Amino acid sequence: MTDSNIPMYTFKDFASDQEVRWCPGCDDYVVLKSIQKALPQMGRKKEDFVFISGIGCSSRFPYYVATYGMHGIHGRAAAIATGVKLANKNLSVWVATGDGDSLAIGGNHFIHLIRRNIDINLVLFNNEIYGLTKGQFSPTSLMGQKTKSSPFGNIQPPFHPGELAIGSGSRFFARVAGGNTKMQQSIFIDAEKFKGTAIVEVLQNCVIFNDGAFDKYTDRAVKDDAQLYVEHGKPMIFGKNSNKGLVLNGLKLEVVTIGENGVEEKDILVHDAHNPDSTLHLMLAKMHMPVVTGIIRAVKEKTYDELCNERIEEVKNNAKFKSVNELFASGETYEVK
Amino acid sequence: MIQENSSSDKNTLKNVVIRFVGDSGDGMQLTGTQFSTTSALLGNDIATFPNYPSEIRAPQGTVYGVSGFQVHIGESAIYTPGDDVDVLVAMNPAALKVNINSVKAGKTIIVDTDSFTAKNISKAGYDENPLLSGDLDQYVVIEAPITSLTREAIKDVGLNKKAMDRSKNMFALGMVYWMFTRPMEHTIDFFKKKFKSKPLVIEANIKTLKAGYNFAQTLELMPSPLVILPAKMKPGTYRIINGNTATAWGFLAAAEKSGLDLYLGSYPITPATDILHELVKHLQFGVKAFQAEDEIAGISSTIGASFAGKLAITTTSGPGLALKGEALGLAVMTELPIVVVNVQRGGPSTGLPTKTEQSDLMQALYGRNGESPAIVIAASTPENCFDFAFEASKLALEHMTPVILLTDGYIANGSAPWKIKTVEEMPNISHRQVSAKDIDGEFEPYARDAETLARSWAIPGTEGLEHRIGGLEKAIDTGNVSMDPLNHEEMTKIRQAKVDKVADFIPNLKVEGAQEGELLVVGWGGTFGSMFTAVNSMFEDGKRIGLAHFNYINPMPKNVADIFSKYKKIIVCELNNGQFHTVLNAKYPQFDYMKYNKIQGLPFSVLDLINKFNQILDNK
Repeated sequence: MTDSNIPMYTFKDFASDQEVRWCPGCDDYVVLKSIQKALPQMGRKKEDFVFISGIGCSSRFPYYVATYGMHGIHGRAAAIATGVKLANKNLSVWVATGDGDSLAIGGNHFIHLIRRNIDINLVLFNNEIYGLTKGQFSPTSLMGQKTKSSPFGNIQPPFHPGELAIGSGSRFFARVAGGNTKMQQSIFIDAEKFKGTAIVEVLQNCVIFNDGAFDKYTDRAVKDDAQLYVEHGKPMIFGKNSNKGLVLNGLKLEVVTIGENGVEEKDILVHDAHNPDSTLHLMLAKMHMPVVTGIIRAVKEKTYDELCNERIEEVKNNAKFKSVNELFASGETYEVK
Repeated sequence: MIQENSSSDKNTLKNVVIRFVGDSGDGMQLTGTQFSTTSALLGNDIATFPNYPSEIRAPQGTVYGVSGFQVHIGESAIYTPGDDVDVLVAMNPAALKVNINSVKAGKTIIVDTDSFTAKNISKAGYDENPLLSGDLDQYVVIEAPITSLTREAIKDVGLNKKAMDRSKNMFALGMVYWMFTRPMEHTIDFFKKKFKSKPLVIEANIKTLKAGYNFAQTLELMPSPLVILPAKMKPGTYRIINGNTATAWGFLAAAEKSGLDLYLGSYPITPATDILHELVKHLQFGVKAFQAEDEIAGISSTIGASFAGKLAITTTSGPGLALKGEALGLAVMTELPIVVVNVQRGGPSTGLPTKTEQSDLMQALYGRNGESPAIVIAASTPENCFDFAFEASKLALEHMTPVILLTDGYIANGSAPWKIKTVEEMPNISHRQVSAKDIDGEFEPYARDAETLARSWAIPGTEGLEHRIGGLEKAIDTGNVSMDPLNHEEMTKIRQAKVDKVADFIPNLKVEGAQEGELLVVGWGGTFGSMFTAVNSMFEDGKRIGLAHFNYINPMPKNVADIFSKYKKIIVCELNNGQFHTVLNAKYPQFDYMKYNKIQGLPFSVLDLINKFNQILDNK
């Protein structure tokens, strides 16, 4: 990864000449800045990054990053990105997508991307609403939520992106708040380092159609008590006074306070993101209060693109026909004189 | 139509059509393939067509489970698997029932009498045994107890009854080999190679084959065996190939010729899946063959692979093309080279999955939102699927546009001799990949070549040419997003002009038969064999009839109007309800067109075509 031929980039090298056109105050600006700041730290050449998106507000993303990019069609970013990565394993392939794009119209591609474990980083901008079409409920909107298409309250139960991802076999799942550029940068860099499909869910506030959806987690006043930032190998402690933690009580995660009821720091669960068994990761991903941020799961497995290339090499070494001409002339042929 | 060869021995034939039919598990495809390969090795021209049910294992003995394989062999050039059957080999009553209408009076039917049990007769829907009812009086019926003779012939091999019965198709093949003076060596070698690890299976099949041959000889099924002399074909090395394999190989050749690796993103669908099956075998050529989660992922990944610099293709059939429509529009807008193969089948909806039709023409031309032109070409024979897969790749790469290649179930599954080609003898393909040193000044992804209007192809990983593309309308040259009204109108016209300009790079339309005259027969795609056979025989009889068969549909060759103007009447023949007829009416309204259509999931019958054309010529 450390290659002396790689120029020293700054975030400006990754800003395209296109005017950014998201609504003022949108979290997408923060994510864009985080990406542009993280990319120079990844030790790769600028031309080797590819950003692919579907349709939606966040899917304008590729236009604003000065690398290679394609703004695709609704829901298909994961499938397009799959073709890019299979075509050239040396590329760092990113998908910018939203909750409608990846969990509704593109749900099939989302789960199969994860199932195959192709080395692609997918940033899921989850704002629990359709923004670009002006305010319909999305697959992550809450029950009862009043939107343009559910004026009397949403009656479709939501997907939990983490549950869907881990249920599809996700090897890397992380979550980060839309406004937290520092955590975003670090997670994006880890996602890039991780070989396999890395899903990063961004809790992204839509200032127009679903403003404040994540305030309960992100408001300055509550965020320390409402967010648990997990790090591999560290006890899962959070809270304004860093005295709250998670323990396993039977089959449930429970929030306890260190120093109360005889709870000591050593009783607190230590986060093991590398555990192949996803049971605890799933519980962490589904937890609402506190909501878990950071890298919840990161389990190394062979990627589909590696297997695909290995298979080709294997077949090359044992191939009966070394050229297509040999193939055409093989088997039962006959001469006409 | 067995035609006796007047010039030589009475026992020599010009051509013969044989159809092997039985339960879908009876091995009829293998039997037919063996007969056709053996005949090809003798120098006959051949054309074959398998006909199988969409059910994998339909209930035994029922008409739903009947599978067939037809082969047409001849000493003269053969263009179709034949209309009417000269020899029908029916392994059970259901197979007889389904196929009897294809056999004309006086022709030969071979039946396995052992299979004509009360149960099977009733399962086939006969009220009484057709062998006894007089229904078959007008045919030459050869009754042979094939099942019991097979069991008898191999009783000492050591197989159980079920395994023994699996060889009975070889008994029938042995009989037919004798009738048409075919040697058994090829089939014997085939079994020796194929079942190397199963000596009992080899022994059983070879013994049964010989038993069938000897049975026919001993009983003198015919006064004497018939001979079909070798055909006069162009000298060279041949192999028998079906359309789907030829398509797959055409892409392999194009990949090698262009210096690009081949990428296939595909989702299984009948009758296109065999192209995927073939390409996944040849990873050694750098083929990335990706079985996607659905049709949309198939084409979307293909677009991704094209963006990243591969010769990227996707294969499907009608319903799949419908699902790919939106993504095809993305390829049109991003001006990326991809090839979409549509092996057409009967529609709409699931339709007739295993039957042939040409009803996706309009879908290929217009089945997308917006003004969304793409190149559309069609292969017309099993063997030229190779050339048109190659041509589709060449056009896509040189003109930076999606190309739709239409084949159909008939030529995809049909086989014919293919004079083997090499990559060296194929035309050059110059793709449009660029690096920074090719670019003067600022790189503009949508700047165009003056002759083709194709943009250049800067692939990810190329230093200095980073750029963004997408489905939103593009500004001229820069490719940036533009919602400008006039820009949209101009870009729409540019995309159309780019496809129209392809006409400068394709061959002129050729006419077979009369170069001017009374009647011009117009067709396109997979109907060439039957249409050429019909027109050619009438032309040889002195009729002023010609055939203009289209492989290039969008754009069309430049000389179409010139050709059309040389005939008094024009008839457009298609296996659909008149789609090309509509296209021609719109494009060349100065001509009057008649139409002749068949929508039965079946190819044209040569005889029906001749009758229709004669009717028109007589009514002048």
